[in-house]
Amino acid sequence: MTAQEIHNKIQEKFPDTIIEFNDSVLQPFIKLTANQFNEVCQFLRDTDGLDFDALMNLSGVDYGEELGTVYHLYSMQHRHKIVLKVNVTRENAEIPTVADLWRTADWHEREVFDLYGINFTNHPDMRRILLPDDWEGYPLRKDYVQPEVYNGITIAHPDMKGDSDEEK
Amino acid sequence: MEPLVQFFFNLLPFLSDWPEWLALTVIGVAAAIMMFGFIAIFALIAIWLERKISGHMQDRLGPMEVGGWHGWAQTIADTVKLLVKEDIIPEKADRPLFKLAPMIVFTAALSGFAVLPWSSEFIPADLDVGLLYILSISSFAVIGILMGGWSSNNKWSLYGAMRGVSQVVSYEIPAALALLAVIMSAGTMSMRGLVMAQSGNILDWNVFNFFPLTTIAFFIYFIASLAEVNRTPFDLPEGESELVGGFHTEYSAMRFAFFFLGEYANMFVVSAIAATVFLGGWLPPFEALGFIPGPLWFVGKALLLVFVQMWLRWTLPRLRVDQLMYTCWKVLTPFSMAIILLIGLWKVL
Amino acid sequence: MKKSNIPESQFELQVPDSLKTEEMTLSMGPQHPSTHGVLQVILKTDGEIITSAKPQIGYLHRCFEKHAENITWHQVIPFTDRLDYIASMNNNLGYVIGLERMMNLEVNERAEHLRVVVSELNRIASHLIALGTYGLDIGAYTPFLYVFRDREKILDLFEEICGARLLYNYIWVGGVAYDAPDGWREKVLEFCDYFDPKVKEYNDILTFNKIFIERTANVGVIPAEVGINYGVSGPSLRGSGVDFDLRRDDPYSIYDRFDFNVITGKGEMGTVGDTWDRYWVRVAEMVESVKIIRQALENLPEGDAKETVPRNIKVPAGEYYMRTETPRGELGFYIISDGSKMPNRVKVRSPAFCNLSVLPAVAPGVMIADLVAIIGSLDIVLGEVDR
Repeated sequence: MTAQEIHNKIQEKFPDTIIEFNDSVLQPFIKLTANQFNEVCQFLRDTDGLDFDALMNLSGVDYGEELGTVYHLYSMQHRHKIVLKVNVTRENAEIPTVADLWRTADWHEREVFDLYGINFTNHPDMRRILLPDDWEGYPLRKDYVQPEVYNGITIAHPDMKGDSDEEK
Repeated sequence: MEPLVQFFFNLLPFLSDWPEWLALTVIGVAAAIMMFGFIAIFALIAIWLERKISGHMQDRLGPMEVGGWHGWAQTIADTVKLLVKEDIIPEKADRPLFKLAPMIVFTAALSGFAVLPWSSEFIPADLDVGLLYILSISSFAVIGILMGGWSSNNKWSLYGAMRGVSQVVSYEIPAALALLAVIMSAGTMSMRGLVMAQSGNILDWNVFNFFPLTTIAFFIYFIASLAEVNRTPFDLPEGESELVGGFHTEYSAMRFAFFFLGEYANMFVVSAIAATVFLGGWLPPFEALGFIPGPLWFVGKALLLVFVQMWLRWTLPRLRVDQLMYTCWKVLTPFSMAIILLIGLWKVL
Repeated sequence: MKKSNIPESQFELQVPDSLKTEEMTLSMGPQHPSTHGVLQVILKTDGEIITSAKPQIGYLHRCFEKHAENITWHQVIPFTDRLDYIASMNNNLGYVIGLERMMNLEVNERAEHLRVVVSELNRIASHLIALGTYGLDIGAYTPFLYVFRDREKILDLFEEICGARLLYNYIWVGGVAYDAPDGWREKVLEFCDYFDPKVKEYNDILTFNKIFIERTANVGVIPAEVGINYGVSGPSLRGSGVDFDLRRDDPYSIYDRFDFNVITGKGEMGTVGDTWDRYWVRVAEMVESVKIIRQALENLPEGDAKETVPRNIKVPAGEYYMRTETPRGELGFYIISDGSKMPNRVKVRSPAFCNLSVLPAVAPGVMIADLVAIIGSLDIVLGEVDR
């Protein structure tokens, strides 16, 4: 099934949820609103002909003004792919979880929470996964400033003050 | 008179002129030191041998540097290292028990040597119930293992100890039953008597005596003895990949060395029992080979079995706890009971 | 809805209430011989039986994704080496092909062939480690040394072609870092001839050992739909009987030209998807890799394999999710470019991370020794789990 057909199916079932559909890039994506996201995903997973049984990847992205999560879905049965995107504001970063649909999202969502601070509502176990529980801030956000001290340990290297190589 | 005392009197005639209490004390201490020395030297050689054997089985050379010729001094160097290493006792450990545990394990192993018949003359103590003594004294080590595992105050050690206890206690049964089959045919429990009953050539050895019943009994005993000394495939109490180090996880330096020494001494003891009971002890396989002294035959047979233990260790994976218990209670024990029954019938008929 | 949601744990603990005793909490790792690195698993046990297992990861987190945003496109390649340090070539390949697809770049034939050869050699090397350490987990020491003996020969080949033995940084955008030296092709073929009979040796000492089968068959069964739902991939998923290999089903590089079989678990010794099946898939895959190497070397074109683009590349703005089949499974790079000299975002979808996440689902009800067998059969590399 092509991306256009997948888009049409979602459009048909959930008319208000699609914000943007782009078929001209390398991997076509559908941008969705956060409010009905879990229902859309369940529709994608359980509808005959779509059968997106595998969540290949779930990544957080910082677009500057907004944060976003990108879902790469794949159907083992039909061998088709689709990319879903959900954007949220920095202040109100909340997206419904899909960990109940694809269990692999459990850890991936924790990772996005850990590094981007996006909260996944209804997630069974929303806590940091890679960083220590008492770490402050969300390191992969573009405006993140590395703390100089963590629990009394100096972690800022004199050569590295959070600047990129290019700026130096 | 005790064969051992006779042996010493023959060796050093002036001893018989001494007062009896002094002579007996001297003889006793001398024998104990000899046994201890034997264990120490045996462990040194066996550990080196194990490394070489494992090395060659694994397509490598093993130790090659220390001491020159094939790294012969490697274990000595390691012993020195263990001796001078800091002895660490965990803060929350039960100190008296923690210190006592390796001693008990080693003492139990050492006590087993008291009744081993090295030759027709040299038996430290020729008890009438030698075999019974050795079976009971070797299960004493279990207490040491349990103490070590418990007092370390470490959950992995505790797991190792619990596994060790259940394993050793369970496997004593098939081991004892297999030996009982032979005791029934020989009619004695004295180690010396058991060997004497096998005199003749190789076909008179117990392992071939009631063929194939005693042969099966021999294999049952050997398998059970592997479990009793915690060797692969029954090394669950140590089970490095599961329990880190099992009951001796927290031990270091000389205390660890004593566990280690106890393990190797035990390996020799169980092999020596098998050699005595099933393989004719100090007797040569053929009359024509009688010119080779008895102790050499005895040690040679025991070492052969020790080699088989090492061979198995470097070949087989490890069993799981439930499979271990299955093997013991549902395979080895029924078989050994059937053998006892059949030998009994054979004797009666 | 017709499909039921996959529950958190597939398996109910089979202990009657009357036998239940106090539970013990046990911390397995981060320093433990068979967690394959710094993995910590918080176990709740009832005697020897595990009632719950929660992996705690992050001890080896080295901020790969943050680093990648602050260095140039090309400088990321050595960092990918350090993700799955046992199969670095495959990591290089995934990232580089992702960039090449975004840049719409053609790679010369010789470089493509060399990439396939080194990737498959690395796959063999990685599977060898998986086999050996799995033997160690089960308590068999000797196979470990056997596989290291043979892995050594692969490392020698790598050393000759790129100078490094572990972290290669060999596959670059537009080609490879160095062309193969004279005689390298023959040496690889020689290795193939040497390696084929060795597989039988591993099978004799480990695969078909009775105790080994007893320990691994019917243990840690991952049903196919649970595996897919948890994102399990690679040999671990194929062990569950799913006939899916990215090299064949979502081809990249020149894999579509080669003839090889995709190995799946058939439950020969027990249930489909048990640890023995996962182990067996790896063993059989090594033979298939040798096949691919032979075919690639047969048609190795002459010419120069060195990269043709400048080091300081700019990737056109856009995004791409590139997935490749590494020895551990589906390694995905989600790359976002804003057209500058540095990546905007490089997200790694790590196969070991997803494979490990299935552990809490299969662990309840097994024994401690089985848990070790399950972790070993998932073949995780913590460098990749934590990135």
